[in-house]
Amino acid sequence: MRDIIVVKEFNLWFGKDHILKNINMNIEKNKVTAIIGPSGCGKSTFIKSINRMNDLVPNCTTDGEILFDGFDNIYKKDVDVYELRKRIGMVFQNPNPFPMSIKDNITYGPKIHGIKDKKKLNEIVESSLKSAALFDEVKDRLDDMALGLSGGQQQRLCIARALSIHPEIILFDEPCSALDPISTSKIEDLILDLVEKYTIIIVTHNMQQAARISDNTAFFLSGELIEYGNTSDIFETPKDKRTEAYITGKFG
Amino acid sequence: MDDTKSKISFKMFKEKAIEKFLLIMSLISISIVFIIFLYLILEGVPAFSTIGFFNFIFGTEWFFPTDTYGIMPLLIGSFYVTIIATVIAVILGIPSAIVLSEMMPPSIASIIKPIIEILNDIPSIVYGFIGMIILIPFMESSLSMVVGESYITAGIVLGIMALPTIVTISDDAIRSVPKDIKEGSLALGASHWETIKNIVIPSAISGIIASIILAMGRVLGETMAVMFLIGCIPRIPTPFYNIFQSGSTMTTGIVSEMGEAARGSLHYHSLVGIGVILLIIVTILNFVADYARIRVQKKFG
Repeated sequence: MRDIIVVKEFNLWFGKDHILKNINMNIEKNKVTAIIGPSGCGKSTFIKSINRMNDLVPNCTTDGEILFDGFDNIYKKDVDVYELRKRIGMVFQNPNPFPMSIKDNITYGPKIHGIKDKKKLNEIVESSLKSAALFDEVKDRLDDMALGLSGGQQQRLCIARALSIHPEIILFDEPCSALDPISTSKIEDLILDLVEKYTIIIVTHNMQQAARISDNTAFFLSGELIEYGNTSDIFETPKDKRTEAYITGKFG
Repeated sequence: MDDTKSKISFKMFKEKAIEKFLLIMSLISISIVFIIFLYLILEGVPAFSTIGFFNFIFGTEWFFPTDTYGIMPLLIGSFYVTIIATVIAVILGIPSAIVLSEMMPPSIASIIKPIIEILNDIPSIVYGFIGMIILIPFMESSLSMVVGESYITAGIVLGIMALPTIVTISDDAIRSVPKDIKEGSLALGASHWETIKNIVIPSAISGIIASIILAMGRVLGETMAVMFLIGCIPRIPTPFYNIFQSGSTMTTGIVSEMGEAARGSLHYHSLVGIGVILLIIVTILNFVADYARIRVQKKFG
């Protein structure tokens, strides 16, 4: 079993709008899976379905199953959403550090999940920041406000924050769209490091980015999964005309 | 040639005239504020100089037949009423603001909020009247108070009056917390309440504090409703913490005696002196509230 997530006939509606249509998709463990597609194709909604962040949208209804180890179907009624989100971390489009110190940003998650021991928390701060390649830049100012960091540093802090509770999967929702090229390449390198320990699912607008860092790529269009497979196959020999049109820049 | 020239100069003249007009109007508005300050200070100073500033503030007796003017009884009265009202308004108002901004669907919140704001539009005399015909008899019968007029009675009614100030401003402050950081907290597996407690309220705290201070300012300056409910007896309660006794506040002290004070007398100057002290306190509170609000704006740019 190398699949960590299995999506079966999954549908999602916001009110009457049918946003995701009959998605079937297996996501491999310890691989980078990229989700590409034009704006409004449902790719962000899709990854937010995996940690049930769409629950926050009023009138959101779903149908079908998303299977995740230990949960069976995560949309079953008695599912512990908090435990689910602890195991599936998320990094958002815009860096969203909490308005508190760098250190408190990292200890927030562990504290929520019951870790009180100061020594343990300090260890988590250091290891999370190191894993997010941020430790050397901020080690002398852990008590400074996180909002004083640059955009790229803030995004790596958000990655460190996601790592602090040891998730199994990390969802990235266009993590580089608000960043400059240098910060972007740092985040990409980081994702390639992280995939050894974690499963990564990344939504991206940037097709070169998908080609550079992902093992598998899924192409979404108007809420449907058009094509899914090995990244090199998708980019070199797409089977569907729409995929080919999109990756060659004919629309989007 | 001449015609265009005169057209241009007329336009310039019009432009200048409008600018001057606007400038003069704004100067009048500003100078009115200074005139009020100046008038109050000039009329109040004779009281401070005759009685002594220290004796005026800390004097424990206010009794005009013997020309004894110490405003401690009124300061204590205003203090008790303000504290009681603020505590009530905070206990009711902050949870209301949290429910409105975080828990209700926006469509329902947009109906409920104006309803709470109606409390702001009710004239204070109506509050005084309702307090007099409902709350005072209730206090007398259920708490077996001999006289229902008291600090606590006035405080309860003013607390309800101050409620919309706290609800409206706190609600705005909580709403201004970016959705991004709330999602960041939820995505880490925090519950909705954990997110409210650890992220939303600390982020909005400056605005919440501003709302509380503005409510205090409102209560402190309130007069008409208090007139009905406090008894208007300028005395220090015995024992000093007895909030179930009748008393007086700075505002009611001025109103209830101004009619009988001869203009220019020490009594008159002392009443104005109370106004000076009140103005100073309310001004300080407003500055603190503004400062708190600016801080919350800076936090999120």
